[in-house]
Amino acid sequence: MSPHVTTYDLATTPLRAVNQALHAPDLEGEVRIEHPLGAHSVAVGVNAPVKITIAGHVGYYAAGMSQQAEIVIEGNAGTGVAENMMSGTVVVKGNASQAAGATAHGGLLVIDGDAAARCGISMKGADIVVGGSVGHSSAFMAQAGRLVVRGDAGDGLGDSIYETRIYVRGTVRSLGADCVAKEMRPEHLEELAGLLKAAGHVHDDPASYTRYGSARKLYHFAATNTY
Amino acid sequence: MTTSNWGLRESATFDRATIAAIRNAAETGIYDIRGGGAKRSLPHFDDLLFLGASMSRYPLEGYRERCDTDVLLGTRYAKFPLHLATPVTVAGMSFGALSGRAKEALGRGASEVGTSTTTGDGGMTAEERGQSKHLVYQYLPSRYGMNPDDLRKADAIEVVLGQGAKPGGGGMLLGQKISERVAGMRTLPQGIDQRSASRHPDWTGPDDLAIKIGELREITDWEKPVYVKVGATRTYYDVKLACHAGADVVVVDGMQGGTAATQDVFIEHVGIPTLAAIPQAVQALQELGLHRKVQLIVSGGIRNGADVAKAMALGADAVAIGSAALIALGDNDPRYAAEYERLGSAAGFYDDFQDGKDPAGITTQDPDLAARLDPVEGGRRLANFIRVMTMEAQTIARACGKAHLQHLEPEDLVGVSIEAAAMARVPLAGTSWVPGQSGL
Repeated sequence: MSPHVTTYDLATTPLRAVNQALHAPDLEGEVRIEHPLGAHSVAVGVNAPVKITIAGHVGYYAAGMSQQAEIVIEGNAGTGVAENMMSGTVVVKGNASQAAGATAHGGLLVIDGDAAARCGISMKGADIVVGGSVGHSSAFMAQAGRLVVRGDAGDGLGDSIYETRIYVRGTVRSLGADCVAKEMRPEHLEELAGLLKAAGHVHDDPASYTRYGSARKLYHFAATNTY
Repeated sequence: MTTSNWGLRESATFDRATIAAIRNAAETGIYDIRGGGAKRSLPHFDDLLFLGASMSRYPLEGYRERCDTDVLLGTRYAKFPLHLATPVTVAGMSFGALSGRAKEALGRGASEVGTSTTTGDGGMTAEERGQSKHLVYQYLPSRYGMNPDDLRKADAIEVVLGQGAKPGGGGMLLGQKISERVAGMRTLPQGIDQRSASRHPDWTGPDDLAIKIGELREITDWEKPVYVKVGATRTYYDVKLACHAGADVVVVDGMQGGTAATQDVFIEHVGIPTLAAIPQAVQALQELGLHRKVQLIVSGGIRNGADVAKAMALGADAVAIGSAALIALGDNDPRYAAEYERLGSAAGFYDDFQDGKDPAGITTQDPDLAARLDPVEGGRRLANFIRVMTMEAQTIARACGKAHLQHLEPEDLVGVSIEAAAMARVPLAGTSWVPGQSGL
């Protein structure tokens, strides 16, 4: 028997009521949110092992600060989708706007389409897999976690990066300060294969990707540092 | 002066501090990084005086007649506003910049007198949450240690756009203070020099901020007051935009406000004095019809009850103390005079908070130094200090005939310098001239 699905219609139910219902302490099962119509802050602050499907496009900060939940957005996502996510998964079936997965500490963010500028900015441990390309300043000041880009990356990739590992299959328009291409060792191939598999891209050849990370030359302040 | 030759004249332009700075830059090739706030002389609360009651005004009896001090913060939208017993709150200071014991001491002291403390860049510690009855959780550009569990544990949320010591600059914590615990909380490699972002990663500008505040409210079910903190610069516009973005409380931090580590040139040359910022903020709130509905907290060089009373007379609802709170805990204590000298400083002058070698054990992550601060004793001292500030403010308010600190008003004040009178928008003492306002 399939689990009970609770449905909320954002065309008739206020956002606040929906989010409050998603914060119920005993929340479980499946939830479907219909007619999001680009609303901001849909399904934010969820902390339960629940499956949430958002049937349409969302505005800013969808699935923000998510914990434990499996959230699928059947459309495009605005700025800051899954920002500061802690655990669980968030899947965007369409494209994502700026700052996707910003500061996310854990969990997996999958974007089937493209992601705009600043994807993975300041990420702190989450994994992000982008099916298409990412815009400029992606992984800016990224601290931990992995960013996988199956397409191309824009200008300033990984600027001022700390310990995030970036894998890009296509071209990188330019690297940011202190971000360099690095050798793909067996452990990286294995890690990347696992991330691609988790995101449903089982046929990608990890060897066709390039790894990028920190040269660690900005870790200590010096007058000779160049930016 | 170290010379007894009265014929020597020190240059006002190239004074000894300036000469030392030039020599240091030439020697090291690195600019000076330090803690604290602006050291330059600025128009400040000392340049204002109260007009106590006499024939034309009716005073309240000191010690006998009631003068209330409590304040409600976050009445605009929050389900649970903060109700504080005193308007003197403790400003945001990070675990990392301060030791865990220092944060605990701040929490103990503040709780004892019924006021709030504030986290900082680097997240919430268990010590701080445990000891703080009212804890404001800062939401900063770096988002170090930011997590929704702590957000829900907080009593209020403060979205930080900047601080008075460095408006437009991000945090800085040098490697000496990035201990294993600090690094872990911030997801950074241990021992690196951490320079935080100066812009929030997922919003830009006031329209985005409105959406961001909406998200924070949705996550916390509209329960908690949301503050917006700005460093004092274009305060009139910033306060208006913060209100439009949905703030419950606006925090304005003047350039005398301290920092744990920033370039000296930034501290001394960016931002405006606290005194200049308050009337701008109040004007913005009044024009929006939101004065006293969106509460105003002022910080930056608040040192005593007179400063509290003057800030409130100009229209603030509450104040926040940082540097003064650390001094109350024991920062720059003369009993460590010899150790300050060994560090090339002196008690009363020490500002190298970035080095983590604080003899008083406050601005450090060194366990041996940190152990010098007893959090219980520190808390007692801070509580005493805030009590004194509150009583001092009450003394002034009663003399002005006010039964609540919030009844103090600009009409109670005059300036003793043209600059201060112009900034505060009050008359120069003994005249009816408000510089910059009236034609005379």
